[in-house]
Amino acid sequence: MVRPIRSLGRQGITLVNAFGGMAILLAQFVYSLRKIHRSLPLIIEQFYQLGVRSLPLILVISIFVGAVSAWQAAYQFKFIGAPLRFLGQAVGKATVIELAPVLSALVYAGRVGAGITAELGTMKVTEQIDALESLGISPVRYLVMPRIVACLIMVPLLVTFANFVAIMGGLVVSVMGVNVSSETFLFGFRDSFKLTDFLAGLTKAGVFGLLIGLVGCYEGFRTTGGAEGVGMSTTTSVVTSSVLILVFNFVFAMILFRL
Amino acid sequence: MNDTSTHSGFLVAEQVCKQFGSQVVLDHIDLSIDKGEAVVIIGQSGTGKSVLLKHFMRLIKPDSGRILIDGQDIADLSFDDLVPVRRRFGMLFQSAALFDSMAVGENVGLGLKEAGEMSRDEIHDAVIEKLEMVGLTDAIEKMPSELSGGMRKRVGLARAIAGNPEILLYDEPTTGLDPITADVINDLIVDLNEKLHVTSVAVTHDMTSAFKIADRIVMLYRGKVEFAGTPDEIRSCDNEVVQQFVSGQADGPIQVR
Repeated sequence: MVRPIRSLGRQGITLVNAFGGMAILLAQFVYSLRKIHRSLPLIIEQFYQLGVRSLPLILVISIFVGAVSAWQAAYQFKFIGAPLRFLGQAVGKATVIELAPVLSALVYAGRVGAGITAELGTMKVTEQIDALESLGISPVRYLVMPRIVACLIMVPLLVTFANFVAIMGGLVVSVMGVNVSSETFLFGFRDSFKLTDFLAGLTKAGVFGLLIGLVGCYEGFRTTGGAEGVGMSTTTSVVTSSVLILVFNFVFAMILFRL
Repeated sequence: MNDTSTHSGFLVAEQVCKQFGSQVVLDHIDLSIDKGEAVVIIGQSGTGKSVLLKHFMRLIKPDSGRILIDGQDIADLSFDDLVPVRRRFGMLFQSAALFDSMAVGENVGLGLKEAGEMSRDEIHDAVIEKLEMVGLTDAIEKMPSELSGGMRKRVGLARAIAGNPEILLYDEPTTGLDPITADVINDLIVDLNEKLHVTSVAVTHDMTSAFKIADRIVMLYRGKVEFAGTPDEIRSCDNEVVQQFVSGQADGPIQVR
């Protein structure tokens, strides 16, 4: 009886520790922004590494997200007898509000969050982070700030790209697989498109980007041990940011899309 | 309390305690190092030698006690206040800790570049000068993955001295090297200490290296200073713990856990 309670208590302490550590790192990140001008080349490098190099992956998943949402919507419409001219509305709304931001963020957490943790974790266990400090260079300014800024800016941009590609994917399936004309699909999409939905999606994407960068850096910095430690931190990073993305997404749904 | 403590030293650890989880690594350590002195800290693996070394640069914060650098207590300084203190140091890390993503030249010049006080040409000249001192000018464009263990240490040394430090810290400078390369590194350390007139602290369990580079040897055992004296004093002392370690015997008061 005592053991499960003790284990639960220990996990609770670990969780509080983790959130406390992330809050401290977030505060250090915000403080480091006062020297952002000195890190511009590093930020631009991370725009490329974390943003541009994620484009092919986001392209592929977005095509299929759009395609399957069009297919599934058509299937449901057929089931309830709804007219297929509303397909553009259904695919557009679902993509802009939920599918593009959430699925892009989850995939991004798998690619970029894991990459950040593995890189910083390896630097930690090989004393490269100590070496930076020994040279009088702040690891937060040099390593964390460029990565979080890149995530914060690149995730909304990638989600904008994902929106466009997914709608195109939906359009292709509608025209070729469901027999809805492109004019009907696009008219439906335009008819239901609201700028506030799009901006809400981008706001979510920004917060997801911040979470992925923050969790990735935090887990990297607290890595101990050798290769095994790096592997464990990387797994924890992806799992934590994925769970946080879904939790925050629900909170956003309740705040931004009131019933 | 050990008699090694004086408050007038250039580098002073005063009643320093450090614990990781339930393991006490440093237990009220007192150590004072004079300006220009070359001190070697010896001891078994896991006795906290590297942990003590990193305290001098505040890469690790003591749980209690004071770290004095030229009279200034650095134990509670903020990162920004530590920067000028850290610029007085250079450190060679155990695995050299070269930045994988940068070429040798960039590794050596990074501290100078980020300090923002020198032009690009001045940094380039300084990098060449330091690489010449370690005999690796040809490797300036190479990536760390293309270097041997000994070369990595020498690049690590060049990086450590790039900012013309007053204090050099060496963490296991010869570990993992063949005896000849280890001797090359030892010669280099002695040479640099003399040329640059630095205060140096090295951590090692390689006694050949310790005898070669030390003015004074300090032995850590169970989180405390067990012995401190010149290489001749350590050879002739009758402390069983010290003698077992120096002669490398399995039998004796030190038990391997």
